[in-house]
Amino acid sequence: MSDPERGMIPLPRPTRVSAPHWEGCQKGELKVQHCDDCGGYVFIPQPFCTHCFSENLQWVRSSGRGVVYSCTTVHRPQRQEFEIPYTVAIIELEEGWHMLSNVIDCPHEEIVVGLPVEVVFQKMTEEITLPMFRRVEGAAIVSPSPP
Amino acid sequence: MAANPLHEVAIVGAYNTRQALKLDGETDLSIIHDAVQGVLKMAGISREDVDGVNIHTMRGGLSARTGVHIMGGHPCWTGNAEMGIAAVMEAAAAIATGQCHTAIIASGQAGMYTDRSATSPWTRPSNEFVECWGLYTAAEFALIAKRHMALYGTRPESLAEVASAIRMNGARHPEAVYYGREVTPQDVLDSRMIADPFHLLDCAMNSEGGGAVLLTTRERANDMNQAPLYVLGGALDRQGMAYVTSPVWDKYGYVGRRAAELTFSQAGLKPTDVDVCEFYDPFSFELIRQFEAFGFCGEGEGGDFVMDGTVRPGGRYPLCTNGGIMSFSHCGVVQMLQKVISAAQQLWGLYPEALTIPDANVVMISNGGAGALFNDTMLVGREAA
Repeated sequence: MSDPERGMIPLPRPTRVSAPHWEGCQKGELKVQHCDDCGGYVFIPQPFCTHCFSENLQWVRSSGRGVVYSCTTVHRPQRQEFEIPYTVAIIELEEGWHMLSNVIDCPHEEIVVGLPVEVVFQKMTEEITLPMFRRVEGAAIVSPSPP
Repeated sequence: MAANPLHEVAIVGAYNTRQALKLDGETDLSIIHDAVQGVLKMAGISREDVDGVNIHTMRGGLSARTGVHIMGGHPCWTGNAEMGIAAVMEAAAAIATGQCHTAIIASGQAGMYTDRSATSPWTRPSNEFVECWGLYTAAEFALIAKRHMALYGTRPESLAEVASAIRMNGARHPEAVYYGREVTPQDVLDSRMIADPFHLLDCAMNSEGGGAVLLTTRERANDMNQAPLYVLGGALDRQGMAYVTSPVWDKYGYVGRRAAELTFSQAGLKPTDVDVCEFYDPFSFELIRQFEAFGFCGEGEGGDFVMDGTVRPGGRYPLCTNGGIMSFSHCGVVQMLQKVISAAQQLWGLYPEALTIPDANVVMISNGGAGALFNDTMLVGREAA
């Protein structure tokens, strides 16, 4: 999503709470918090479980596989450093949690709700590697259903 | 349940300053001066008659605690709630419980959006799990819309009908920023894409201006110029960290439903009692979603519900009769209050004939939307319930 000649897109500044997630990305692992008490997944990183309020959270590795829950192809950039068009998506990971990211290496018109995707890591700087998603080749679109 | 004490509170002033894409030579305070003066004159009272104040601006320029000085320095209650339904409900509660008797709510903005090569600064998130993906307000709301479209087959033509209906109202309102700018559904579909499914004309604008609302007791309202209007009901739904948490439809798609149910319950009314819908209109889809969330139609039916002139003047549920934040004005923090102003001015018959809804008695107002994980609702009417 970043074009060197445009300058660097705004990168995350990890906090004490979020650092394990970003350290995982540097090692090629998508890390998410899991609650030992209720079994829920918590994202974005928190000091306590947003489902049951427990503090017994552990960092675990996600499979990195999921589907596009929703997506939008952006033609007017958030700021000039972003190369347009780019596709922003909510990814529903197979463990059932959601995160925002970009879907890359796929024609924008082929990125649709229900598209199976997997994580791919993009090294931006020595400190920051961003998790993005690409299509799982050959996998069937998963039709969405109302909640 | 005892009679709702909010029904003893009347709206007696609702005033907009001049609105424009840019107000050269104006400052936040010069606009607030106009807003305060205008609303007091409308009601026929002076600053000394006011003992409740919520005047603040965006990004801490002027806080509610310091904004009180504008009224001259006599002792006043001050409110801290956000401009809009939240501020009106807070001030109404203060009046209903005797903390003050007459409250002014006002704000104004100038000189905020100067670099138009990118999205306006306050629409960009700063969170480490959002900013790096290129998200901003339009993209957040687009993620809500796209899920609905995938679930229910909602079509871009329905979104375009909503945007056209609202923009045509602004085109006929002489005080609107886009007065005279007529927009057909096809014009919306032909405008450049911003964040799919939103074209440029599916999105609200950015502009400058100000406005004010004046509330008082039922008793005092009888001595003022305007026929009193009443807060029939109101409630706030807030669900989380706007522009940080992923806007997941399953969890946030019907934000505002609880608020609407409470609002109708307080008023003793139902959706079919509503004559005019001054809903918050940041993006075209958000109106379709609110008709579903508030119980005007079933889940997934909003796309069909808004067609065939239903949301235009002359239709059953006319939307945003001053042109809304798509065409009238969308400035700073006052823009949510402008929904209240629009409702009052519609009921007072202050709009051009083409925009006046005959015999309108009840107006539903909303602020916020699913992309921002909050949605507040209020009913305003001529008669206290």
